[in-house]
Amino acid sequence: MAEIKNYTMNFGPQHPAAHGVLRLILELDGEVIQRADPHIGLLHRATEKLAENRTYIQSVPYMDRLDYVSMMMNEHAYVMAIEKMLNLQVPIRAQYIRVLFDEITRLLNHLLWLGCHALDVGAMTVFLYAFREREDLFDCYEAVSGARMHAAYYRPGGVYRDLPDHMPQYQNTRFSRPNVTHKLNENRQGSLLDFIDDFANRFPRYIDEYETLLTDNRIWKQRTVGIGVVSPERALELGFTGPMLRGSGIEWDLRKKQPYEVYDKLDFDIPVGVEGDCYDRYLVRIEEMRQSVNLIQQCSKWLRVNPGPVISDNQKYAPPKRQDMKEDMESMIHHFKLFTEGFHLPKGEAYAAVEHPKGEFGIYLVSDGANKPYRLKIRAPGFAHLASLDEMTKGHMISDLVAIIGTQDIVFGEIDR
Amino acid sequence: MTDLKKLSSNIKKIFPGYQVNLQFDEITLSVPAQDVSKVLKKLKTMSQLKFEQMIDLAAVDFSEFPQKNYENCRYAVVYHLLSLKHNSRIRVKAFIKDNSFPVIETITSTYANADWYEREAFDLFGIMFLNHPDLRRILTDYGFIGHPFRKDFPMIGNIEMRYDPSQKRVIYQPVTIDPRNNVPRVIHDEGFRNG
Repeated sequence: MAEIKNYTMNFGPQHPAAHGVLRLILELDGEVIQRADPHIGLLHRATEKLAENRTYIQSVPYMDRLDYVSMMMNEHAYVMAIEKMLNLQVPIRAQYIRVLFDEITRLLNHLLWLGCHALDVGAMTVFLYAFREREDLFDCYEAVSGARMHAAYYRPGGVYRDLPDHMPQYQNTRFSRPNVTHKLNENRQGSLLDFIDDFANRFPRYIDEYETLLTDNRIWKQRTVGIGVVSPERALELGFTGPMLRGSGIEWDLRKKQPYEVYDKLDFDIPVGVEGDCYDRYLVRIEEMRQSVNLIQQCSKWLRVNPGPVISDNQKYAPPKRQDMKEDMESMIHHFKLFTEGFHLPKGEAYAAVEHPKGEFGIYLVSDGANKPYRLKIRAPGFAHLASLDEMTKGHMISDLVAIIGTQDIVFGEIDR
Repeated sequence: MTDLKKLSSNIKKIFPGYQVNLQFDEITLSVPAQDVSKVLKKLKTMSQLKFEQMIDLAAVDFSEFPQKNYENCRYAVVYHLLSLKHNSRIRVKAFIKDNSFPVIETITSTYANADWYEREAFDLFGIMFLNHPDLRRILTDYGFIGHPFRKDFPMIGNIEMRYDPSQKRVIYQPVTIDPRNNVPRVIHDEGFRNG
């Protein structure tokens, strides 16, 4: 009889299935995982410490770089915390724009998650499809903020600027064929909202495509059904939020339960899982995408007929109009003060949270009355999820570990901060 | 959301002797560090409270805070709790008496997810969590010295890493850059805006 003993294996940080820089120390019994010890922090940039040395506006772009697949949602929590402490009113149009882009961001995030999760588990095509759609959504980001990913679009008091009337178009170069360029520009003839509407009309069919590839796929089911089961009680105990919690059957969504912006005026449903395994979490996220499309359409409809300001007119906190700065002394002083010293928050502390695609993303701000935060703590949903990896993988095979990492939607930007 | 005034007066009744604050529609309960596990256990189990989920744990270093707080404690551990049943939130601030060697009881037996959060607070602030099952560094590098989020830890760090072509390996050396702060930290006096 051969002597059998456990052995320890190093997984990552340069592993394609490690979603970035995850390093795992696995204790294995054959191919069965006895213990998984994630070593994190390889992407630690001390965002919280950096923010203590920046004014409030200067920290907005840092938020993009936390969870770098759902950029605007991170900003959202941050500006909400500031607005809460300042008691700053956000114009209604800005609130709709925020919701619109929150849902676009949710699609971006879920598409990346779906593509990578499927790729990890062995389905190549979904990845390519998902990235095709992400490209259109990045174009929406770019049209509105000038940046494809790190937008810095949400500002305390509203959003940076209104939605553009013209969608940027592809130009002919000496390498491109004119008929191809023309075809690419077909849905870019109108405004950004036209482009978004066109996308929202197309997108449900794309989701059907993903589902035909995966939902009843035998291999997909073999790899996800019954894997990484978390009971609802345990999910609560482990601090799960978002789709991880809903996949276990707990109906909890901040957009419904503690509505922020205009979510209480919009109509949408919260999908909930039953078994709490990887397959249910997959179904939950797929349904969330459908709901997001629905929300995007509602916002777009409202935004078409309701023009108005998109940032607060309180010039102590929001920059004045460019035009005013040329003519009005006071506006110029406000602008100068705002971008040199920055604004001050009252003494105190506040916590603001949004329903991030991954779960509850929160910002805890402590202010001593200065123009910089005294302490900023970022509540990253992925941190709590990854902490439970050991428990979720215990007794599973190594191949299941990859499925569980995929289902947790790990992004190291937010976990390491 | 539940009625905040009612909840805060309720909490005052349940936890007499502790300070309860209501600011920005959030309830803060300040407790001394030695009572924290008792308080949290009560918050989690009592049927009218039922804060089943610990959302966040943050450590704060108050050493440069201009106002004096709670018997001049330097460190505080801040817990954010969420009750799904009553749809309410609460913040519990536990102030640690000892400023040179901060120690606080772990709450991993009450909230399982506190494990990593406490490791993070230990790593970044050097707060010791008594009876924690596995108190290791989590975010900083292997072999890192110091607790980087303390206010007396320099922004640029103490040590930098670079590739040394002569030794043909990566070396660690004291930092060679200077700290840079383009925007000074300003706190206005009371009533500054009113002239």
